[in-house]
Amino acid sequence: MKKKLGKMTDTNLLLTITIVVFFALYIGAMIFQGKGFLKPQTFFNILNGNAALIILACGMSLVMITGGIDISVGGVTALVSMCCAVYLDYHGGSVLGSIMIALGIGLAFGIVQGFLISYLDIQPFIVTLAGMFFARGMTTIVNTNPFNVANEDFVALKETRLVIPFLGSVNKLGKYVNAYIEIGVVVALLIVVILFVVLKWTKLGRKFYALGGNAQSALMLGINVKRTKFISYVICGLLAGIGGYVYFLHVGSGSASHASGAEMDAIASSIIGGTMLTGGVGNIIGTLFGVLSLSTIQNIVSSAGLGEAWWTGITNASMLCMFLVVQSLVIARKKKALKNQEMM
Amino acid sequence: MESKKKQSAWITKLAGNRIIIPIVALLLLVIFNLIMDPSFFKINVGYNSAGNPILSGYLMTILDCGSELVILAIGMTLVTAATGGQDISVGAAIAISGSVILRVLCGTNSRPETLQAPIIVAFLISCIVAMLFGAFNGVLVAFFKIQPMVATLILFTAGRSIAAWINNNELPIISEPSFGYFGGFIPGIPIPTPIFIAGVCIIIIALVLKFTNLGFYTQAVGINESSSRLNGLNPTFVKFLSFVILGLCVAVVGLIKVSRISSINYSVIAKDIEMDAILAVALGGNSLSGGKFNMTASILGAYVIQFLTTTLYKFDVKSDALSAYKAVVVILLVVLSAPVVREWFAKLWKNIKAFIAPKKEAEAK
Repeated sequence: MKKKLGKMTDTNLLLTITIVVFFALYIGAMIFQGKGFLKPQTFFNILNGNAALIILACGMSLVMITGGIDISVGGVTALVSMCCAVYLDYHGGSVLGSIMIALGIGLAFGIVQGFLISYLDIQPFIVTLAGMFFARGMTTIVNTNPFNVANEDFVALKETRLVIPFLGSVNKLGKYVNAYIEIGVVVALLIVVILFVVLKWTKLGRKFYALGGNAQSALMLGINVKRTKFISYVICGLLAGIGGYVYFLHVGSGSASHASGAEMDAIASSIIGGTMLTGGVGNIIGTLFGVLSLSTIQNIVSSAGLGEAWWTGITNASMLCMFLVVQSLVIARKKKALKNQEMM
Repeated sequence: MESKKKQSAWITKLAGNRIIIPIVALLLLVIFNLIMDPSFFKINVGYNSAGNPILSGYLMTILDCGSELVILAIGMTLVTAATGGQDISVGAAIAISGSVILRVLCGTNSRPETLQAPIIVAFLISCIVAMLFGAFNGVLVAFFKIQPMVATLILFTAGRSIAAWINNNELPIISEPSFGYFGGFIPGIPIPTPIFIAGVCIIIIALVLKFTNLGFYTQAVGINESSSRLNGLNPTFVKFLSFVILGLCVAVVGLIKVSRISSINYSVIAKDIEMDAILAVALGGNSLSGGKFNMTASILGAYVIQFLTTTLYKFDVKSDALSAYKAVVVILLVVLSAPVVREWFAKLWKNIKAFIAPKKEAEAK
């Protein structure tokens, strides 16, 4: 067993830890709290509520694999939902048009930030920090007051639910209720699969890892470092746009305070999922499980009767702390192993 | 001819210096305000509700409200230089230290008639607590080798919750007027107290940097950790120390912040101040990836940011929309100071010179 562990790559080891922790959490919740967690719908609700976060975290992981960071995603989400809400309600726009707006905003942020970071060589933290400020500020400039969208086509799309057969449960009135997921979940899972394939089996994906692992040697291998970096930010921006629309689809309203702190949640999920901020290590599947673990913990906390708001913050933080320490121990162990090999 | 050469050398030297960025930004803001409305720089003498003389005016507001940012920028510069990362938990840590001060002052009752403990005791306890939280960040960064931004993300997520938990989610209000001196005015002195506190902090850090090796060691660790270790420094301890110092700065800011309103709002107090503090360091021309730093430039950068904020408020920008304008200004500044853009300008300047110079030579002939 120990030998096997030693042979595992950083990515695989961290991924395994994440998946094990998620299942341990969920099964533990099933055993000790029963009730809600035994129903499949609880799991689907976690998916429904976090579809947008999954998409945002995917983009974040991608950027983190290349060694960067994008903290503008939460702001972009708020801006997208506000712009779409205003467009749908005040200008009588169509649903297709609002999707175009969402993609456009995301792409615009991705391109501008990517250009500044990769071609002008400015620190990603500063650029995306300004991006976040800009997006949050623009949201209030577009419209100050939060409001619900009443557009019929949109509400119909929002209410669309995909029924999952055989996994329903009997509710309190003794009626059988089908399990369902929202459209956003399908989009999120699709994006996870696409990104997984891209990262694992395409040239572009391997370039991202090479760039994050060591930019200098990536350059020497003949990789266009600047363009690769640029592409990663554009994809992240685009995903922020899509994530923003999925978020909008879930809440159905526009507000300047939407998705506050979403960027930190996305970073935390990526880290829990085994992506390292130093770059070069990470996995999209891990990110998916990172989001799920984080929200499972929140569910456990709230259903355990610890309703006070501060518990969520503290449990999230302690989980993050645990994973960070594990990560750093993993790296330390690797280094030691390498040293031992050299000594031999 | 020689004097001209000297002059141009002086200009190149200044342009190469990092402090040029905040100075130019400050000058631009001053000129902009002079053109738009010269009364911006007027300082009035008025009386507050207690009948004490006070100085008011936009300049006083900048100096007053900029104090917190300046104190934070001092600590943030050291952390940035030593670790090559930033502490994003300072806002949450300020909430904690402010909450501790109120907790000690109020005891068990959230609306005390008299203070349960002297203010100095409360402040010292909050200093210890803030330094402990700084030490927690420091341990994660220095011993576990986690990137600072990620390590401080933990406290960032939990901080405001911990602050609320310290006071059982109650909002204590202190009616004792002497507590308000730290964030307001001491009777008889017309200048706001935070300005003095910031001044004292600046003097202390100047003395420390002058008479100890702290600045030198910090830069050495930031530039190259392993070579500084080979030279007999202890990089782990230097990094740890920088976080503890930032913790001390946080406690001072916490005192000013709670003193300003004699109460606390856990989710609003010092919101987004970490971003402003990091911007102050960046505006000071300090590399955010560590190494050499310039404390004066950081402090100036903090005042520039407050200047910008106050200017925007003056033009009736809503506080929510403020960030959009700030972002545009910041991006402009950062783009202009980016090495790539500077090089490009230098090339352009050379080309222009080359374009003009032959003509002059031809004329001379």
